[in-house]
Amino acid sequence: MQLLRFSTAGSVDDGKSTLIGRLLYDSKSIFEDQLEAVETASKSRGNEEVNLALLTDGLRAEREQGITIDVAYRYFATPKRKFIIADTPGHIQYTRNMVTGASTADLSIILVDARHGVLEQTVRHSYISSLLGIPHIVVAINKMDLVDFSEAVFNRIVADYKKMAQTLHIQNINFIPISAKDGDNVVNRSEHMPWYTGSPLLEFLETVPVNKSASNVETDVQRAFRFPVQYVIRPISSRFPDFRGYAGRVASGIIRVGDRIKVLSSGLESVVSHITQTADELSEATPPQSITLQLADDIDISRGDILVKTDEPQPHQEQDLRLDVCWFNEQPLLPRTKYIVRQTTSETLAVVRTINYRRNINTLEKEPGVSQIKMNDIAEITIHTAQPLVFDDYRLNHITGSVIFIDPDTNETVGAGMIKTETIWNGHNSYVI
Amino acid sequence: MSNITHLKELESESIYVLREVAAQFERPVILFSGGKDSIVIVHLAYKAFYPAKIPFPLLHIDTGHNFQETIDYRDALVSRLGAELIVGSVQESIDTGRVKEETGYYASRNKLQTTTLLDTIEKYHFDAAIGGARRDEEKARAKERFFSHRDEFGQWNPKNQRPELWNIFNGRKAMGEHFRVFPISNWTEMDVWQYILQEKIEMPSLYFTHERQVFERDGQWLAAEPCIKLKPTEQIVTKQVRCRTIGDITCTGLTLSTAHTLEDIIEEIAATRVTERGGRADDKRSETSMEDRKKAGYF
Repeated sequence: MQLLRFSTAGSVDDGKSTLIGRLLYDSKSIFEDQLEAVETASKSRGNEEVNLALLTDGLRAEREQGITIDVAYRYFATPKRKFIIADTPGHIQYTRNMVTGASTADLSIILVDARHGVLEQTVRHSYISSLLGIPHIVVAINKMDLVDFSEAVFNRIVADYKKMAQTLHIQNINFIPISAKDGDNVVNRSEHMPWYTGSPLLEFLETVPVNKSASNVETDVQRAFRFPVQYVIRPISSRFPDFRGYAGRVASGIIRVGDRIKVLSSGLESVVSHITQTADELSEATPPQSITLQLADDIDISRGDILVKTDEPQPHQEQDLRLDVCWFNEQPLLPRTKYIVRQTTSETLAVVRTINYRRNINTLEKEPGVSQIKMNDIAEITIHTAQPLVFDDYRLNHITGSVIFIDPDTNETVGAGMIKTETIWNGHNSYVI
Repeated sequence: MSNITHLKELESESIYVLREVAAQFERPVILFSGGKDSIVIVHLAYKAFYPAKIPFPLLHIDTGHNFQETIDYRDALVSRLGAELIVGSVQESIDTGRVKEETGYYASRNKLQTTTLLDTIEKYHFDAAIGGARRDEEKARAKERFFSHRDEFGQWNPKNQRPELWNIFNGRKAMGEHFRVFPISNWTEMDVWQYILQEKIEMPSLYFTHERQVFERDGQWLAAEPCIKLKPTEQIVTKQVRCRTIGDITCTGLTLSTAHTLEDIIEEIAATRVTERGGRADDKRSETSMEDRKKAGYF
């Protein structure tokens, strides 16, 4: 059985929490005592019907306000798959939470209220999903019961969405008409919409193909092996006196015993002699396996190095970078400010050189001439790093192309960055992103 | 397309997190309760650093109200792994006046563990405490990070938690602060048992059906042990019971069920209608029990 991670985006009025509650309820993942607790809580708030949204609102402040203010992870499984839901808020002031929840998602469900159609927030949520490189998007057009389950309404919204999404780089978009409250097309096929011949939502989630590599699209660069070294295992015991293993998780590509590898950033080369998981010897490893590599030569490798194959496209090694950033902190991002930039296992100091433009995420327009980037803003910036970073374009590798910004004084994570390079291997230079 | 199973993927993720802890912190420790989640954590740590030994000690916060089976299992495991065991004693905290024992029929040392835990962390200068908490366990844990920052008072502030993107973990901290790390955050109760079955991990006998002296209180069966004061109306009977979750004696509800093997347990969980922690009296105290305890520095 495989694992699928998906994020859900929508505002408090779109019925997103109800949808999640419905998925859990209809797939029989809600237990009696949870339902009992929700029934009690619903009554004490004066709700007549069981408010399924209360299943996902956990913190005291939220329960009082009735809205979700953080990323909540919910779990359920069917006989076909295990699912992790990153439930994220829809308000623009929580863009940073949505970016967080979306960063590890294989798929994104974007909720649209059938009465209102494509709104600013739809554009915003779609843009974020596209920016983070989520390969599959499901547009769930909800509350179809309030528009008489009209096919015409559904088609109009689909057309509007497609027009809006032309400028976004989204690989796969699917549209499903649902009613989360009544359960139409969520788990069970709706009897009210015979004109819809696609899958109900859960069936779609159970069958969509899942790719566990940091790379989405098939080109030579995406297939390239990338292995950030996490930890060096040196037992120095009587049983294993000479053992030196490089532990980490395969980010992309495939590694086999006998492959020739290069260490970046030193440039030293060697050959893979063993691939192990605990005591098991493997002949090869792929994402997202955590493994230990041993090499034929005793060369100097430490945490922060990235291992690549000598006969594959190499990553960049540079100190001047251009990135899309999402800012998380109340302290705005300003030019000439220094931050710690952390990639998967490596870290360096960096200074912000320029703010090229701020992205208006409701209209997708670029706003140049901005002097600072505030919390929840998305912008393109350039930075200069103290040490060269080894990286790929984020479009091509989510692990080697992503960084976080850390404030050296407070230690807080203040921003997220996705690295952009001039050319992209598949020839598309005309992304909006 | 990848064919990796969900258990293998979850295992890879947890091993990744454990290795990050070893790399980012100077003095990590594994919080070991003898329950299934912490048993799985130790197993994962063994796998993550093999063939080196687990580079952290195990810490058990002993309320003094543990089932004897829990203590026996803990000692056997530590001996087998050649691991270092540190025991933080709640009794000692009571004796030295750090905490006050609760009284009454519902008295429990559960909350007192927090003080003992924080005192022990400070005493040994641990900067990361690894625990087996999962996000599916309870409402307040649904929003918890893998790397959960605790301030110098050991407190958790939901508004201050750092965003975690792409599995890049920021474990930077100031002096006196520490992190709680939860490598099996994304595992469900079912995942844990399926993994235990897959890996053939030996489990404490409490999880399997056995005969025990119990009494009924508020719709739950509790173990009839000296540390719980019986009400005049409560009668001790002998029943075939088992534990689905193991806390200390005062707050562990026992279920009447027959499960003699891991397969039996898995089948029972698949059919069950009550959550794992539904049997935990410590969660029932208020709607936001766990959140309030976390804010005060509990697990």
